[in-house]
Amino acid sequence: MKAFAQLFLSLDETNKTNEKVKVLKNYFATVPDTDKMHMLALFTGRRPKRQINATLIRHWAVEASNIPAWLFEESYHVVGDLAETMSLLMPETESSSSKTLTEWIAEINALADKTEAEKKDWLLQSWAMLDSQERFVFNKLLTGSFRIGVSQNLVVKALADVTGIEAPALTHRIMGKWMPENYTFDQLVQVQTASDDISRPYPFFLAYPIQETSERQKSAADVAAALGDAEQWQAEWKWDGIRAQMIKRGGEIFIWSRGEDLATEKFPELHPFLQALPDGTVLDGEILSFRDGKPLPFNVLQTRIGRKNLSKKILTDSPVATIVYDCLEYEGEDIRSRTQAERQSLLEGLQSNSAYPEVFRLSTLIDFNSWEELESIREQSRAMIAEGIMLKRKSATYQVGRRRGDWWKWKIAPLSVDAVMIYAQKGHGRRADLYTDYTFAVWDGDKLVPFAKAYSGLTDAEINKVDYFIKRNTLEKFGPVRTVKPELVFEIGFEGINKSTRHKSGIALRFPRILRWRHDKPKEEADTLESLTAFLEE
Amino acid sequence: MAKPLLEFTDRGIYCEQGRFYIDPWKPVDDAVITHAHADHAYFGHKNYLAHHLSREVMLYRLGDINLQTIGYGETVVKNGVQISLYPAGHVIGSAQIRIEYKGQVWVVSGDYKTEDDGISTPFEPVKCHHFISECTFGMPVYTWKPQVQLFNDINNWWRVNRENGIATIIVGYSLGKAQRILQNLDLDIGKVYTHGVIENTNEALRRNGVLLNPTERITQASVKEEVRKGIILAPPSAVGTPWMRKFGPYSFGYCSGWMALRGAKRRRAADRGFIMSDHADWDGLVSAIDATGCECVYLTHGYTASFTRYLNEIGFNAREVHTLYGGEEEDATITEKEEKEETAELTDRKEMV
Repeated sequence: MKAFAQLFLSLDETNKTNEKVKVLKNYFATVPDTDKMHMLALFTGRRPKRQINATLIRHWAVEASNIPAWLFEESYHVVGDLAETMSLLMPETESSSSKTLTEWIAEINALADKTEAEKKDWLLQSWAMLDSQERFVFNKLLTGSFRIGVSQNLVVKALADVTGIEAPALTHRIMGKWMPENYTFDQLVQVQTASDDISRPYPFFLAYPIQETSERQKSAADVAAALGDAEQWQAEWKWDGIRAQMIKRGGEIFIWSRGEDLATEKFPELHPFLQALPDGTVLDGEILSFRDGKPLPFNVLQTRIGRKNLSKKILTDSPVATIVYDCLEYEGEDIRSRTQAERQSLLEGLQSNSAYPEVFRLSTLIDFNSWEELESIREQSRAMIAEGIMLKRKSATYQVGRRRGDWWKWKIAPLSVDAVMIYAQKGHGRRADLYTDYTFAVWDGDKLVPFAKAYSGLTDAEINKVDYFIKRNTLEKFGPVRTVKPELVFEIGFEGINKSTRHKSGIALRFPRILRWRHDKPKEEADTLESLTAFLEE
Repeated sequence: MAKPLLEFTDRGIYCEQGRFYIDPWKPVDDAVITHAHADHAYFGHKNYLAHHLSREVMLYRLGDINLQTIGYGETVVKNGVQISLYPAGHVIGSAQIRIEYKGQVWVVSGDYKTEDDGISTPFEPVKCHHFISECTFGMPVYTWKPQVQLFNDINNWWRVNRENGIATIIVGYSLGKAQRILQNLDLDIGKVYTHGVIENTNEALRRNGVLLNPTERITQASVKEEVRKGIILAPPSAVGTPWMRKFGPYSFGYCSGWMALRGAKRRRAADRGFIMSDHADWDGLVSAIDATGCECVYLTHGYTASFTRYLNEIGFNAREVHTLYGGEEEDATITEKEEKEETAELTDRKEMV
């Protein structure tokens, strides 16, 4: 695992993209093939199954560090990363281990049927034989996500350079449900056909926002200047659901979420229509809750996400359907390189032959003749339960990842209120030891009622200033949370609002974030709960 | 119970019997200064007392002040109170201040570091009844590696950059870290170039008789190709400025104790983060406090709350005190303040390449 630990260290030691690619290439060039696949799995979010629960690991780490448990917790809040905290707190060792990444992961997986005492022995011995950098990545394997400041794109770029295979093809080949135990490096670099793994999804094509900041809405004229002739574009509503790729191959069906989670079982309503599709069909669309042919707000869908068992009640209260907007594979052929218009017409053909038009819906194209007209249609987004409008160039191919040029999202301005910060908590990763996670409140009479948490929207410089304020204006500390003197006012933007019985304020927001810091507003002038609930009626 | 010899006031640490303050942050008549950093040596006092080696830097930074300096171990008596200085190992000229009156001994640590850095007079523990200590890095996640290892890393990094034909820029504060780096670089690799702000401090120290390795101030006449073979010592304020960009392509390393954590390192967005601090690490703090044999320790700045709790749990009598000195909580501000000073100087003197 030395090479893997060194990879981590070297990636941390440079801030330049080219250097990072060089480091990654060097790794691929020097480690055994099985290690390459494990590394790829880890860097694309496929971490080994957690064999020891985090509480036990923490507990044993406290023992190994020889400090009080509370100090371990405080340290964790300062460091903001459990794996790193543990490696920093354990005594230095001189020893190091020559086991490869593959061997370590095999050992971790072998823990599955060990007793707690055996697990503990193994863990304490393992810690003792690793130096601090190795220990850090080892702890990451055991506990955490591999968020390391290297995007999958960079890894793919390095791999493309090393193997001579083009990046989009590689991106496709590392999609899906493979694990390093059942996918070899040889298989990865061989020429492949869709039949190799019938479940494998295509990389999603993601739209770029037209509205890059919330400062000012882009007008029809701005859009015209950026995108040119309206004739060349198709427009549809931007639905607020779960982006999904739906596959029918070899008699089997698969539903993939954008996070590459296989979600087939979560949406039984979609099974009949998918089963009825011809083999060799892949669709791209949005899954939403529907009632009486109308989409329901996202929070209705949210009630069933994350549930292990879909009860009858959930299926009745929140039935789903899908709005499909693209076809990526047709009659077994990858058609991503065909134009948007061609794919659209193949999709329409599939849909018109479907016996399930209530579930298999099309994202109907919006009729418009000019950008001005579309701009005024866009005003109806909220009434349509849509987030805005999607623009797709009629000649667009279906590309890989977020690309500027052919797919744009033109979202409507968020709703917003001015709110007072009342609690703060330290962030993680890059934001460790800085207060970056805030809770906001609005007035209910003379009381401030918390209604939303937000983490993003401020610049680094603003975060430093807010952090400085918080550290000097703490009223109380509850573990990692500080009650802050109510003084700072922020404009909080959100996409939607719904009633909630789980929140003190009685409402839940969709995508709350900080739009800006209202230096100009005293706290007395922040909004009220009344003004917030007024949005509910709209 | 008699009144304590030192008390914590809104102007700073005060000795009523001797009528003087230690590192006060508001103007007073008599100020005893632990060291010349801006959060300890404020402008506006009538009389200053500090160590000999702080003299020129303080005059350079604070202008025409009324300054008396003494050596380590020397004593000044004010109204029956004996004041003497002991090395704090933080930066050149930094001192712990020992106060004695009627057999009661108090020591104010100022900022301190327990490892010998090769340029500051090494830290000496002083026996006392009451110890007022900083705890900037008072969390067990902060443990420094021996300096030899640190400078091996820095020198290797410089060597590789030189071989690759890119400039090496190392960033550290102008008083303290800059000189520590300078004295520990391997000068066989190349020359050391300095940003004007650092060179001004170097000059002040040289006037004070400190023997520093040779440096060359970067001026408009400096030749970029030559500078690129050497190493450039720059203050934090230079990061990201056109002054720095002119040396590109370069690799820049940031030296700070905060670099011990990946999060802080990533925030800084340096090419290399070197864990180098002029403060004591966790073990250094605990051993320094232990060595004083004090009855009571007061923690002024840093992770005071948890460090105080920990010390009490392992048998010390520890108290948390609020001051305006820099530390964990103030890191961002101090940085900003120093950077402002330095940027002001930079624009004044137009020392751009």
